[in-house]
Amino acid sequence: MTTVAEKLDTRGMNCPLPILKTRKAINQINIGEILEVTATDPGSVKDMASFCEQTGNRLVASNESTDGYVFLIEKA
Amino acid sequence: MSGTAENIADNAQLDAWLNSRLDELLPEKLEEIDASKTPSMSIIATKGTLDWAYPPFILASTAAALGWKVDIFFTFYGLLLLKKKLDANVSPLGNPAMPMKMPFGPQWFQDYDWPMPNLLMAGIPGFEKVATGLMKKTFKNKGVATVEELRSLCLEADVNMVACQMTVDVFGFSTDDFIPEVTDYVGATSFLPVARKSDVCLFI
Repeated sequence: MTTVAEKLDTRGMNCPLPILKTRKAINQINIGEILEVTATDPGSVKDMASFCEQTGNRLVASNESTDGYVFLIEKA
Repeated sequence: MSGTAENIADNAQLDAWLNSRLDELLPEKLEEIDASKTPSMSIIATKGTLDWAYPPFILASTAAALGWKVDIFFTFYGLLLLKKKLDANVSPLGNPAMPMKMPFGPQWFQDYDWPMPNLLMAGIPGFEKVATGLMKKTFKNKGVATVEELRSLCLEADVNMVACQMTVDVFGFSTDDFIPEVTDYVGATSFLPVARKSDVCLFI
């Protein structure tokens, strides 16, 4: 079970805010720690994957729940 | 002379060997160089209306979030995006592709695209203010950041913003009108070398 170091709620926000807020939140945590991001923007599913690929951070999980989309990102 | 003939044969052999080695090594090496390089983007922002204020700031802030180096050159009406107090408006007049939809009321009402005759858009005082208000409201409803917000996110992420000195003079602006974060007032001669070296270059 991965422990989440920080949670970020971007529900209701639209592109590019979820990515910009994720960037800021990632900067605040340590390498190896996990950030959990919740979003409602359907574009964020592909964008978050692309963001992680570009920045070298690891997208541990990308799921859809009743709250919206939930992403787990491990800082690299 | 036999020595020269041998040399030529040696050289041809060496070239062939080098070529085959390069074919082998180069793709990997190039990929390595590309991966270790910080991507960069240069934007030339030339428009000052609300609808056109979004693209440069959205692209710049996103690129910065991806860790790219970003430079924006603001020129002509794009200069208005650097004003301390952003006051970008939008006019549906002469903007024929702009949908005119209402950001409030029942869904069927919001979905309706209002036909706006040019005469109406040109003739009614305050039409532009109303259209601007509607666009801002629509963007807010959809959870899109304001232009001000995106601009400060860009600045926070070290997006480098420079202004065109010539158009500042032409339009009678003073550098005091602009945010102090503008790093330089320069000409095309200074910006083009930056743009030349960037991976992505956009004229907006």
